[in-house]
Amino acid sequence: MSEAILEPTAAEPAPVFHTPAQEASARLKELFPDVVSDETREGYEGLAVYADSLPEIAKALRDELGFNYLSSVTGVDNIEEGKLEAVYHLYSIARGGGPVVLHVQVDRNEPVIPTLVPVFRGAEFQEREAFDMFGIHFQGHPDLRRILTWDGFNGYPLRKDWHEPFFEEQHKPFGSRWPEGEVFRAEEKTPYGKNVQYPAGWLPTGDEYDVETDVYLGLSYSRDATPGLRTDKVTVNLGPQHPSTHGVFRMVVTLDGETIIDLKPVMGYLHRNHEKIGERNTFIMNMPFTDRLDYLSGVSNNFGYALTVEKLFGLSVPERAEWLRILTAELIRIGNHLWALGFLLNDLGALQTPMLYFYIERELIVDFFEALTGSRMMHNYMRFGGVAYDLPDEVRGVPTMKYLEEMVFNRLPRVLEQGDELMTGNEIVRARSIGVGYLSPADAINMSAAGPLLRASGVPYDLRRAEPYSFYDRLDFDIAVRYNGDIYDRYLVRMDEMRQSLRIIEQVLPHLRRTEGAPIIGDKPQYALRAPRGGESYGRVENPKGELGFYVTAKRRDGNPSRYHVRAPSFINLTTLGPMSRGYKVADVVAILGSIDIVLGEVDR
Amino acid sequence: MYGTGILKGLGVTLRHFFQTYADDLRWAGKGGRYYNDEAFAVRQSPEAQGVITVFYPEEKLAVPERFRFVPFLVTDDPPPGQRWGHDWCTSCGICAKVCPPQCIWIERGKLPNGRPKPEPVNFFIDIDICMNCGYCAEFCPFDAIKMDHDYELAGYDRSTAHIHDKARLSKPLSYWQEISPKRAAAEEFGRQMAESAKTKKKGPDEEAAPGMPNDVARQLPYRGAQY
Amino acid sequence: MAVANTGAVNGDVVVPDELANNVFIGTIAKVLDPIYNWSRRNSIWPVTFGLACCAIEMICTASSRYDLARFGMEVFRATPRQSDLMIISGTVTKKMVPTIVRLYNQMPEPRYVLSMGACASGGGPFKEGYNVVDGIDKFLPVDVYVPGCPPTPQALINGLIALQEKIDQQSIATAPWYNKKDPTAGIYPVPVLGPDLVDLRQLDLIRREAAKHPAEDPARATEAEPQTAGPQ
Repeated sequence: MSEAILEPTAAEPAPVFHTPAQEASARLKELFPDVVSDETREGYEGLAVYADSLPEIAKALRDELGFNYLSSVTGVDNIEEGKLEAVYHLYSIARGGGPVVLHVQVDRNEPVIPTLVPVFRGAEFQEREAFDMFGIHFQGHPDLRRILTWDGFNGYPLRKDWHEPFFEEQHKPFGSRWPEGEVFRAEEKTPYGKNVQYPAGWLPTGDEYDVETDVYLGLSYSRDATPGLRTDKVTVNLGPQHPSTHGVFRMVVTLDGETIIDLKPVMGYLHRNHEKIGERNTFIMNMPFTDRLDYLSGVSNNFGYALTVEKLFGLSVPERAEWLRILTAELIRIGNHLWALGFLLNDLGALQTPMLYFYIERELIVDFFEALTGSRMMHNYMRFGGVAYDLPDEVRGVPTMKYLEEMVFNRLPRVLEQGDELMTGNEIVRARSIGVGYLSPADAINMSAAGPLLRASGVPYDLRRAEPYSFYDRLDFDIAVRYNGDIYDRYLVRMDEMRQSLRIIEQVLPHLRRTEGAPIIGDKPQYALRAPRGGESYGRVENPKGELGFYVTAKRRDGNPSRYHVRAPSFINLTTLGPMSRGYKVADVVAILGSIDIVLGEVDR
Repeated sequence: MYGTGILKGLGVTLRHFFQTYADDLRWAGKGGRYYNDEAFAVRQSPEAQGVITVFYPEEKLAVPERFRFVPFLVTDDPPPGQRWGHDWCTSCGICAKVCPPQCIWIERGKLPNGRPKPEPVNFFIDIDICMNCGYCAEFCPFDAIKMDHDYELAGYDRSTAHIHDKARLSKPLSYWQEISPKRAAAEEFGRQMAESAKTKKKGPDEEAAPGMPNDVARQLPYRGAQY
Repeated sequence: MAVANTGAVNGDVVVPDELANNVFIGTIAKVLDPIYNWSRRNSIWPVTFGLACCAIEMICTASSRYDLARFGMEVFRATPRQSDLMIISGTVTKKMVPTIVRLYNQMPEPRYVLSMGACASGGGPFKEGYNVVDGIDKFLPVDVYVPGCPPTPQALINGLIALQEKIDQQSIATAPWYNKKDPTAGIYPVPVLGPDLVDLRQLDLIRREAAKHPAEDPARATEAEPQTAGPQ
């Protein structure tokens, strides 16, 4: 080796790694030369991996290479090649930067992939979703059941050859709309007059209606909470209609007395087939649909989707549009956290009062969005290569910049202070929340928790810093982080985050003044965009709920994404609910759920 | 001391309680706090203190110009004696093509010789599917479809009332100018600008069109980039 | 002759015009109706029941700015047994609709359903989805439809006022919930989940359709549930 140092020209030049992901990929190819290769398809990144060795590779990535955060698992149906594919995105918490992407292709008729749950518990729900939607069988998964549809549902909906009852055409726009345009309601075209279809020849017999049994099978009844005392365990259903489940969410809880032994979330009660519709839509049509994911933070979802498609299309965004994006994303973060905390405190028993106070402020934020985008919640604000609207002249009769300044410098800080005064020191809140719902940092990472949930466990991972997008790298702000991992810290992290968001907006406002009159969209806006290249794109943003990722693939010259997947933070954060609740009382579960801050539109999509 | 946190919190509630009455006193000599336009404007602005309630059927919170509810079609102002004027819509079908939930049906007109006529025979919007996204209005090259501000559409029946046909959808330009004056003016400006750019192009050494002034452009989607 | 039929006719008694305002000649219901309806319309208690995006606007409507308490509707009850109104606020999915119908069956009469937003009325933008019910009125009687995606709080209040107007039209004498012949009237069959959503009122139709399109493999059709295709 010493010769090599003396004779640098003689030695092979050491490979230059620009990112941790490149380094890890190269190392992985060295470690597993036979089963790992570069992904060669046009526009795809990452590694192609053989299914059988996936768990070892994941373990090596986690333990040796530091890629310990499994962000997204999703299936893809490559029907032309007769393959089903699973795509894994892994990130490094410590080093930040881009992902190591693993592509696993299996035969469409026999889709078996070993599960990653023993390595990453965060894969649990996502693998179940891929099983539900594509029928990919994850061997060794502890509880492989349908998650968004119900047991007994006919078919795997996201496979390309599966059609829904109201199927009209493979892609939008539908030919029947124009120029003939004879209006009809879709249900007129099905024999049942409803959105239903049954397998050919299916006859109702009366005993197929039990779709519930399997829900209870996975529950553990084993642990005795009170040793020496023979007690019966009780199984209780909370939801889907329950005032404290924040929507149509259901928890099946096994109780010993009032102590929780096991908890299983049951979801899919708001499964609106976002991804199936998304693959039918053109690229731009998906934008308003993303508003309805996490409907409390519409622009933030727009942001993620716009970034993903811009990456795929190679579009650039003018400066003013970037500032407007950051302004709206941060304002909506405040709105979302106000809502989340209002509900959390409601769940803790501070019934209505803090909630109502916070909602007044949220209304004022909503007013701004209504004036800017035209809708209170469904903003549909961003476009590929910019934003749709410039700032309005006035909001509620006040000039816009004055309105924003009044809100940011005056009103919102005062509200946060008032919230502090109202709740932070309150003994009841403290008693109910300190030490309850503990999540250790290792667990939080392993279960792919994201957002305030992760940061309250002492992991300072914020995408705005770890993999900066837009202009976040030009802004001065701190990552809100707390170290106790309980409900109280999640509350505090959200409070801190709102302050940081205010700090960001304070820095953005001068830029908005400076760029007054500058363009807000790159190219001339078009309604029919076609992908200039085939390939995949994964974009993620720090949503108020956590890491929101979009995985979009497209074929060259196509106007529709061939795969459109949403990595929903609320959905994956729910992985932590069961482990976090064990050993606490029923009343605590409600608060723990509130502290995760889920939105069902995003959980079920 | 244990309990100070709770007392502090109660103090906040008490403050809110008094703020409401303080506001009553403040407006006492000026026409009262309720059903008073001036007070209402303050009550809904960031300076609001205490109660901010809108007494809806009596007081209505104005919607901003960009507000979008279900779409409508713009026609010329009707000549006397008629209900509608000439349709702006040319049945080019862009709105139907860009509509995310595909809730627009357009039947294009036909000339006697079978060629398409730039006018819709029928135009349907199923408002049970419409997601109020505003794409149709945004991408319409003729400014012929706009988002309405009339949100008071509650009814007892949807079998017929919720598919809006052309008669239901058509509204005169003056209505659009009334609900959205600044934007309608900006659109007019944009159309004229595009028109003059077209004629100017024919001239040999004409300067490029000066573009839109800022306060006009900001009323339009994309700052008028489509003109 | 000053005696004319004024419409205020009760039995055989014909009341002169000039006395019509002074003499009580209506039925008890006529007096009771305004009182009955006034008390009902000003204390409509909705179920605490939010489905999707519209639920957020519903909560906004109930909170300080729009304040449903002005209509006596602020008491959102967590149990259907104490409530009069169900605001279907959001997309109804197939997985959820059995629960919704069950909740509705548990509500005491008189009960009302307000379909809030495009999704609840007709499936909305998600109508084409495989898990979405194309309108709650396929399963429950809906009293008021509020269009919009989502309806703003003011639009919702407008719908609630429409509901109040509807209540005003009702009469205690003809109210169907007091003179029921059939005790099961008003109980709606709870749909069940098979390979797809099964509306029990359509079983005959399903059988007829199944006869029209027989399965390729008859053994498979009689199975209780289609097998999940995972090799195991």
